[in-house]
Amino acid sequence: MNDRPDAVELLRAVERFLERDVVPALDGVRQFHARVAANVVAMVAREIETEEAHLAAEWAGLAELLGDATPAPPGREAAQAGILARNRELVRRIRAGEADAGPWRERLLAHLERVSAARLEVTRPPRQRGGA
Amino acid sequence: MSAPAELSSAELSTRLVGFVARELGVPAERVRAASLRRLAGGASRELFAVDLETPEGALELVLRRDPPGRIGESDRGLEMRVLQAAAEAGVPVPRVHWGSSDPAVLGAPFFLMDRVEGETLARRLLRDPGFAQARRAMTRQLGAALARVHAVDVRRPELAALPGPPPGASPARAVVEQTAERARALALEPHPVLELMERWLLERVPASGPAALVHGDYRIGNVIFGPEGLRAILDWELAHVGDPLEDLGWLCVRTWRFGSDALPVGGIGTREELVAAYEEAGGRRVDREALRFWEACGNFRVAVVWLQQSRIFLDGKVPSVELASLGRRTAETEEELLRLLREEA
Repeated sequence: MNDRPDAVELLRAVERFLERDVVPALDGVRQFHARVAANVVAMVAREIETEEAHLAAEWAGLAELLGDATPAPPGREAAQAGILARNRELVRRIRAGEADAGPWRERLLAHLERVSAARLEVTRPPRQRGGA
Repeated sequence: MSAPAELSSAELSTRLVGFVARELGVPAERVRAASLRRLAGGASRELFAVDLETPEGALELVLRRDPPGRIGESDRGLEMRVLQAAAEAGVPVPRVHWGSSDPAVLGAPFFLMDRVEGETLARRLLRDPGFAQARRAMTRQLGAALARVHAVDVRRPELAALPGPPPGASPARAVVEQTAERARALALEPHPVLELMERWLLERVPASGPAALVHGDYRIGNVIFGPEGLRAILDWELAHVGDPLEDLGWLCVRTWRFGSDALPVGGIGTREELVAAYEEAGGRRVDREALRFWEACGNFRVAVVWLQQSRIFLDGKVPSVELASLGRRTAETEEELLRLLREEA
């Protein structure tokens, strides 16, 4: 399917409509919720654009940390399920004290920082408006 | 027994007038409600602005009421007594007039307090040119007011119902353990950062001095201010007995800086200013390591607040776009937790 406008282009149209037409027409709590809705739509667009790369990077980071070089399963849902299972294993090792000190802790923190930066790329508006 | 029905605005107004007339000892027709309007507020309580005309003059009040049908989950009577104790200790708070825990009066426990004029929106404080003086003054004012909160004698019998850690238990450890337990109960997915933070905190539990009255949600956003600075401390419903540093640490949590991260105290001041004002106003000497623990613990608790808000949405209880979006704020709080984990001494 190569239909245009694609999903991201459609979402950007919805975001613009919410921001330019809906938000100014409302007030109070409904205006606030319309602004939140515009941000959510923009967030979804950014997630669609970056998800494939982010899932691949997280999988690679987890593979390196857990010493398991199995290639990522094909498909978005399988990749997500695989990452979920590997993060559960990460949590098990943290609870067992394996990350309390030493080089593995350092590698773990570096991995979590990369994942955190990827999540913020999705959730944080490109222009910082300073929150609610 | 069926749940109490929501009172209509007219019915609420009539019952309120009757209640106030009884408190004043005058016939109901001598009191008139000039206006009654609902104010924006959290889900845990309802707020109304009420203007009354009475034989003693006009009263501009705020009615704070539990949502009907949620009786027993909070205690407005206790909150009212905490406000009164804080006022006696010199904390700037709205004056409490009357209240009742009897749900028959207004459908749920409630109290009435003075309406303090001013602003509550953090964004205005941080960005509007008209609040430049307030921005300069408020860190010290918040520190000094907190010293007075913590000077309240929690052994007073009217405060006996305040929740607190079990006797002999460390309040710091209790907060970490409760927060971690809630995180595990709420999270639908694994959170390695929260697991690391829990262990970091448990290794650094500071010794606590004598237990004090803790406000429990002391931050920009829960105060009224004017162009000149702090006017009143609000939202005492999470007050409890604990370590006073909990309030100082919470005030430094990243979320309450609203993007102005260069100034850790609510985006308007430094930790040094806050601590100096607190100690000068009679607060106990602040151990910096312990403050760092409580600030980290505050950020840890915020992460759990996001999890909780998103669960309310995910479980289908409240289909709000705001609650839905709050789930993703975990990302920025975990970024802050990672920064704190890297700072370790």
